[in-house]
Amino acid sequence: MWKLLYQFASPKTFYESSGRLSAVLILSALVLLGSGLVWGLWFAPADYQQGDAFRLIYMHVPCAFMSLFMYAWMGFLAVLLLVWRIKLAGIMLYACAQVGASMALLALVSGSIWGKPMWGTWWVWDARLTSELILFCLYAAILAAGRVIQNKEQGDRMIAVLTLVGLVDLPIIHYSVYWWNTLHQGMTLSLLAKPKIHTSMLYPLLLCLMGMGLYAVSLVFMKTRYVLLIRERRQSWVRRLVEGAPL
Amino acid sequence: MNALYHWLYMGGYGVYIWSAYGLLFSVMLINGFGLKWQRRRVFRALRRWFKHQ
Repeated sequence: MWKLLYQFASPKTFYESSGRLSAVLILSALVLLGSGLVWGLWFAPADYQQGDAFRLIYMHVPCAFMSLFMYAWMGFLAVLLLVWRIKLAGIMLYACAQVGASMALLALVSGSIWGKPMWGTWWVWDARLTSELILFCLYAAILAAGRVIQNKEQGDRMIAVLTLVGLVDLPIIHYSVYWWNTLHQGMTLSLLAKPKIHTSMLYPLLLCLMGMGLYAVSLVFMKTRYVLLIRERRQSWVRRLVEGAPL
Repeated sequence: MNALYHWLYMGGYGVYIWSAYGLLFSVMLINGFGLKWQRRRVFRALRRWFKHQ
């Protein structure tokens, strides 16, 4: 497994394989997301309490989940960079932060839009909402640090350390609905427990989750590829690639 | 036509639902165009750099 990781961590190998993989990922993402949204927005029945407003779940939950998943992935990349000195991990960290920040923002905004008709307010300093806002602020801090530091390798290490410090927010977000008396509802989906929604609503949600996941991963790969070219510009394979590329 | 209107109305929550999904699709479009521009910028910068090497 480590041999595979080191092979994939080679910039040239990553650039070539991620190019092929990204096309497959983005197509799969669009199919899954499209079918999940059509199923959820048209065919799924309305909720007995929330009516049609519950259909925001097909956007809000995948975005919120991906904002946490991206940060967890960043934590893994931070360890790869700081412990095993894999340069590619540092480059991918920034790309993950960009995608994760947009997911967190979408989760916050969609949650706010959902909260207005359901709770009567756009925002409340609830545990789940506040900890998700903190996550967005962490992403913003990481992106700012990445831009400001001139030496990119130093910048990657700083972002990695920042990421590891912020990892404590993930279990807080996840368990906030149990630890505090919150307005936000408890978990709809769980690995260990039976889902709390009917299958007619659950299956499109799972499709949207998978679609959003593949979309986010393909975005990270594509963003990483372009930054990789700049960082590896002294390598002959980059020169051959750029000179052979269409204008 | 009536069914479409009822679907867009979403039981009175249409404004909330469609504004949220509109934002989602806008962000996805911006990401797509952003990648295209990023590719163009990177390749242009690299060609300039190789020319001066």
